[in-house]
Amino acid sequence: MERTGIDLWVGIFVVAGVAALVMLAMKVGNLGTYNVSDAYKIHAYFTNVGGLKATASIKSAGVLVGRVDSITLDTQRYEAKVVMSIDKRYQFSKDTIGKILTSGLLGEQYIGLDVGGDTEMLKNGEQLKKTQSAMVLEDLIGKFMYSKAEEPAK
Amino acid sequence: MPAAKAIRGIGHSTINAVWRIGVATRFFFLTLMYSGSSFRRFHLIIKELFSTGVMSLIIIIVAGMFVGMVLGLQGYETLKRYGSESALGVMVALGLVRELGPVVAALLFASRAGSAMTAEIGLMKATEQISAMEMMAVHPIARIVAPRFWAGIISMPLLAAMFSAVGVFGGYFVGVVQIGVDEGSFWSQMQAAVDFQHDILNGVIKSFVFGTAVTVIALFEGYDAPPTAEGVSGATTRTVVTSSLAILMLDFILTAMMFGGS
Repeated sequence: MERTGIDLWVGIFVVAGVAALVMLAMKVGNLGTYNVSDAYKIHAYFTNVGGLKATASIKSAGVLVGRVDSITLDTQRYEAKVVMSIDKRYQFSKDTIGKILTSGLLGEQYIGLDVGGDTEMLKNGEQLKKTQSAMVLEDLIGKFMYSKAEEPAK
Repeated sequence: MPAAKAIRGIGHSTINAVWRIGVATRFFFLTLMYSGSSFRRFHLIIKELFSTGVMSLIIIIVAGMFVGMVLGLQGYETLKRYGSESALGVMVALGLVRELGPVVAALLFASRAGSAMTAEIGLMKATEQISAMEMMAVHPIARIVAPRFWAGIISMPLLAAMFSAVGVFGGYFVGVVQIGVDEGSFWSQMQAAVDFQHDILNGVIKSFVFGTAVTVIALFEGYDAPPTAEGVSGATTRTVVTSSLAILMLDFILTAMMFGGS
């Protein structure tokens, strides 16, 4: 084959190989971040986020409506601040409740949104006032034991 | 005495094996020593990159696609039992990036490019082209072996990366497009679980080591082949067998070093 043809093919080969590596790093690995296109951001405070991760899904009535952007600890109130990106097509009322739920018994955690009756809608940068934290197994067992101990002996 | 003869036979083959390893190691260092001139004449490496790397592209991409698709199907079948289909992306990506990408790509590389290298050099030797080069004061290791060695080392990690990348899309195709696993959790759980340094970089290191092993074995077998038709065919077979075994053994050692015990 001609020298220039070989150069071209080797060039394509090397570029494709490097592109595959970059794709692995960005899309498969944790170097890139997953973005929802055309979204507005809201945030909420949870006393405990459990196993919720950034990029976890946000669902309303089981339908995927957005992604978790970031989870940070707010040192003013010592609660987890969760920033969410919600698809622009979906609007939620101001008194929407955010709950951290688990899909299946061992599945990943996600945020479920329960819409209230307010006529005003949440805008970009606003806060979800009512939240319900993740269920932590140890707390649950603790509560169960406590309530058992309170029961009068038969 | 037959017993003494049998033991002598074992001793003979052991000495032979150790001797061959020694010669191969010396060959490896000679290749490194004469590599300087092949970098000054880089077009030789590019020519070999074409025949080892570019010509292996199709088989690597097709194999990666199917391995990823099978991983998607099998992973779904198993994860479904525990209700954690959303972890399919994690399974496909980690399986490919850590193990299957480097190992299967190296096995394919050994049988596609390694055997070709051995046959080519063996035939050069059989037709006395190598002796002719020595007559012209061209060192055959610098002119023939070193460019192929570097081409193999450069192309192996690239091929393994392409294998893994195509495989992830194969798993995505079967898992998300066909079966209907949630696309978001497929990618987001994958990104949360796959670490760049711990998983991807270690995979690249693995494929680099495999590339070195395969090319050294292939080149040595070719250079060492008896200059007959039978000798070349035997050397080609030995290349594929030895380098496949070397890949699998090295893989165990590397995996134990990278992921074991921590």
